[in-house]
This record gives sequence, C-alpha cells and structure tokens, in this order.
Amino acid sequence: MTGKRFVIVGAGPAGMRAAERLVAAGERPVVVDEAERFGGQIYRQPPEAMQRERRDLYGFEAGRASAVLDRFEALREHVDYRPATLVWQVEANTLQLLHAGRTRTLPFDALILATGATDRVLPFPGWTLPGVYTLGAAQVALKFQATLIGPRVVFAGTGPLLYLVAWQYASHGGQVAAVLDSAPLSAKLRAVPGMLARPAVAAKGAYFLARLRLKGVPVHGGVTLLRAEGGERVTALTWLAQGATHTTDCDAIGFGHGLRSETQLADLAGCAFDWNEIDHAWLPTRDAAGRSSVPGVYLAGDGAGILGADAAELSGASAAQAALDDLHAAPSSLSRSRERAGVRVPAMQPHLAFRRALETAFALPPRWAAEASDDLIVCRCEEITAGELRACVRDTGARELNRLKALTRIGMGRCQGRMCAPAATRLLAHATGCALKDVGRLRGQAPVKPLPVALLHDAAPSTLVPEDEDD
Amino acid sequence: MRTPILKRIDGGAPRDEIAFQLDGRACTALEGDTVLTALLTLGQRLRESDFSPLPRAGFCLMGACQDCWVQLESGERLRACTTPLVPGMHVRTGTRR
Repeated sequence: MTGKRFVIVGAGPAGMRAAERLVAAGERPVVVDEAERFGGQIYRQPPEAMQRERRDLYGFEAGRASAVLDRFEALREHVDYRPATLVWQVEANTLQLLHAGRTRTLPFDALILATGATDRVLPFPGWTLPGVYTLGAAQVALKFQATLIGPRVVFAGTGPLLYLVAWQYASHGGQVAAVLDSAPLSAKLRAVPGMLARPAVAAKGAYFLARLRLKGVPVHGGVTLLRAEGGERVTALTWLAQGATHTTDCDAIGFGHGLRSETQLADLAGCAFDWNEIDHAWLPTRDAAGRSSVPGVYLAGDGAGILGADAAELSGASAAQAALDDLHAAPSSLSRSRERAGVRVPAMQPHLAFRRALETAFALPPRWAAEASDDLIVCRCEEITAGELRACVRDTGARELNRLKALTRIGMGRCQGRMCAPAATRLLAHATGCALKDVGRLRGQAPVKPLPVALLHDAAPSTLVPEDEDD
Repeated sequence: MRTPILKRIDGGAPRDEIAFQLDGRACTALEGDTVLTALLTLGQRLRESDFSPLPRAGFCLMGACQDCWVQLESGERLRACTTPLVPGMHVRTGTRR
C-alpha cells in the first residue's frame, strides 16, 4: 500500500480493469461513475428491477461482459465505489462531485480518467425530430430499458456499431426497414487485410451483415442522408445513392458516424492534447502506458482515443500500473519511469491495426461539410444552423473554433459541444479552407454537465462539505 | 391513434407497475423505467424545443446531449434518460392546452 488516494473516473471496461490492478497491489481505489450500475456503455446493465439474461443483453460479448462485470462485483468490498456520481470539475488535484443533489470535493494523488465516448454525429435535416436517435441511444434503449426506439427502424451513418445495432434490433423483434451506410460497401473489402489483425472481430461484423441480408433487410452503401420526414415525429427517411433518391418509411432512425472521446475532464486537468489522424480529433497526449502530460493524471479507454472495449481493458490495467509505478517510485526516479514507458505495449498493436482498418471500412462522408445545406440545424441545443456558422466565418473572418463559439454560441448550449463539435469543426474547416486540425478544438468548461444553480452556491469553497464527513 | 415512440420488447421477469402523472393524467409505467422510458412508451414527446415550438424526445439516451430535460409540476427539472421514475411523480411535457 502507498497510503495515496487513487481515483478512477468511469466504471466501464477501462475503469473496472484499472480498479482490479490497483486492488491487486493492495490499494483501495475510489471509483466514481455517473451511472447507477457499473459496466460503462458497452456492458451497461439494466436496473435491478429488470432481470434479464446476459446472453440476451450482450449477444456474442456475453462471455466477455460476464468476465468483466463479475470480476468488478467481486472487488466491491475493496473499492470505494461511488455510483450515480458526476465529476463536474478537476482543479488542483481535487475533483468536484455531484451525488444525490449534493456537491463534494475529492482530493487525489493519482487520477485515472476512463471517461468513455459518445456517438460522433454528422447531422442531416430533420435530425431533431422525435424518433431520431443515435446508434448508441438505440443500444441503450435495448440493453438498459428493454425497449426499441421504434417498431420499424432505419439505421444509418457509418461505423461498426451500425451493423451491430441493426442486427441486435432484428434479433429482438424489431423491423429493420433499411441499413444505410454512408461509406461505400466496397471499402469493407479494402479494409480486410487490416482487419485480419483481429480476425474474430472482423468475422462477427461479416456475420451481422450476412444475417441482416438473410432476413431480407435492404443494405445500401455510399448513401447520403437527405432528410428525416415528419412533423411531430419521424415518419420516413429520404436518401440518395448512386444518383437516385429513395424514401423509406419508418417510425425511428438510429444514426451515427463512429465514436468521439469524452475529453472534457482531461482538458480541465490541464492535459496537453495532440492531433490524432485516425480519430480526426484532438486527444489528450499520453505515453504508451497511459500517462498524460500532467503528473498524477492517467488516461485509459475510449475517453483517450477510440480503440474499443477490449483495448480499454488493456489500457485501464496499464494506466493503473503506471500510477502505481510512479507513486511507489522515489521522486528522483520518476523521470526514469516516464522514459521506460516510451516502449510500445505489444498487446495493443492488433487493436491499433484494426482501428486503422475500421477507418478505411467506415470512412466519414468526405463531402459532408460541402453538401450541408444552410438551413441544417448543427446545434440541437440552440438550433444554430450551418448557414449561421458560414455567415460568421464570412463576416468576421473567424478561423478558430472557440472564436466561432464566442460569436455564434455553437458549442455553448447544454451539451457543451458533445453533439455539434464534429459537425461544427468540419463546417469551419471547409468554410476557411483549413485542415481540420488547424481550426482547433472546443475548450472544456466546468461544470462539464448542467448543475442546478443552487448547488453552485453550496460549492463555494468556504461551504464545501469536507470529504472526511462522508456518511 | 398516436403511436408512442418507444416499443417494449418481450421477455424478462415481470415488473411491478409504477403510478405517476403526465400532464395531469394518471398513468402507469414499470419499475426500472427511466422517466424517458415512461413518457415515450406512452407518448411522443418529452418537451418542446427552447427555440421553437417543435417537440423533442431525447437523442443520446446516455446523459450527454441534454436534450431530454423535463420539468416536474413542482418546478424541479431533471434529465429524463438518467432519472429513474418514482411513484407519484408529476411530469409536464410542456404541451400547451
């Protein structure tokens, strides 16, 4: 034991494996998680009242899910586990927490951020209509609430989740009206060599596609989404492929274009960011073991870069080990342990190769920004349109995302840019003729999610509830 | 007839009903439901957009997009996709009558 406080944010695959490694070393880590039950998004568990079989919930991943969930359950008495708790600020080696309507502070010696990801969304006209959800939402509805986003669903966008969710819906009694991939189906063939880095995962993807086709589900590639139809709710999706326009009747649409990392807490912790060519995003800098640029702050899982659940387990354990090494090490040897970590972790190599192949198979629509109409709502919080963003660039010469935010309020709404940033970044880059990386990234702001204003008064430093008075 | 947004799937253990109120009407949903699930297995909207009269029904379902905030009769606001339904809750969707 070091006598130091290790805090893990997030109880998905990365956070659970990090906790396991710390407990094995005799530590008692704090695990703070926003959800009521551990598992993260991929192994999300339904509420206690809803007893369902893991085979039914997780399909092919049931064995993996059970291994991770059961392992963490067995650790529970060795972990200070704080479910239903939001971390809304990181400052000076202290977290600000919100739980059951009360704020608390939590100082740490080592912080492992395993904050996960949400869908990466490139919107299309009508995406704010009731019945239009992300692919991740379609999965949450099914796994967490035993519901479908509608009886008759179109799945659209691109990414491995597109086919997985469509298959999950088809095998739970949902009618899948169509699967519309914005990437060409031929791109999947080009990606095959890279995907062989993880043949079993690639085989599952091929299986989903084959089963969908067997069930008679229309699957189309190279699709442009023109608009969701409907007044009070979605009733159809109009789309374009190979020069022809089609309309598919449906009750719901699930769409997304891969995933984006949740990096706000790393940003608030002061971590440096690097441009990542695979994710097309600015991500917190980390060494091969998971050390950020800030001593005592470690990064793991999809929150630090999209590599999937299995890689998240590896990076969670690795980040925890790095934290243990650093806190056990005398200050003089700290720099040496940082150098040592420059060595690549061999176990991660297949995940990196596979991730590159996925980017080939499920490339983002290259002309999205050029084709977005001026009246397209980009910010669903405050209904800011593509035309407003373009006009701002034209009228003010704004060339940087935070400047665009200051002038148009894009990224300033309640989601703080989680839903609009990928789209706004692309529109800004297109309008200015800059590369994506050169328009910058939205800075994280505390609180990272909305808090009742009354609580902010409570959270003034003089009135904070000290951690020791925890009941 | 107005078909609700969400459709429950079959299977799983039977669950107790939870009574609550939606825009002044007595309704029931199931134990384990979030407020979002309760509202959208009965109806088509959670609220109106802050900037137009158009209805909204959530988007990410994982507490990120903040699209699903609803108001209780008491004035308290809550995020419907991450808040379990509690017996006796009185939720308003902002539907004007």
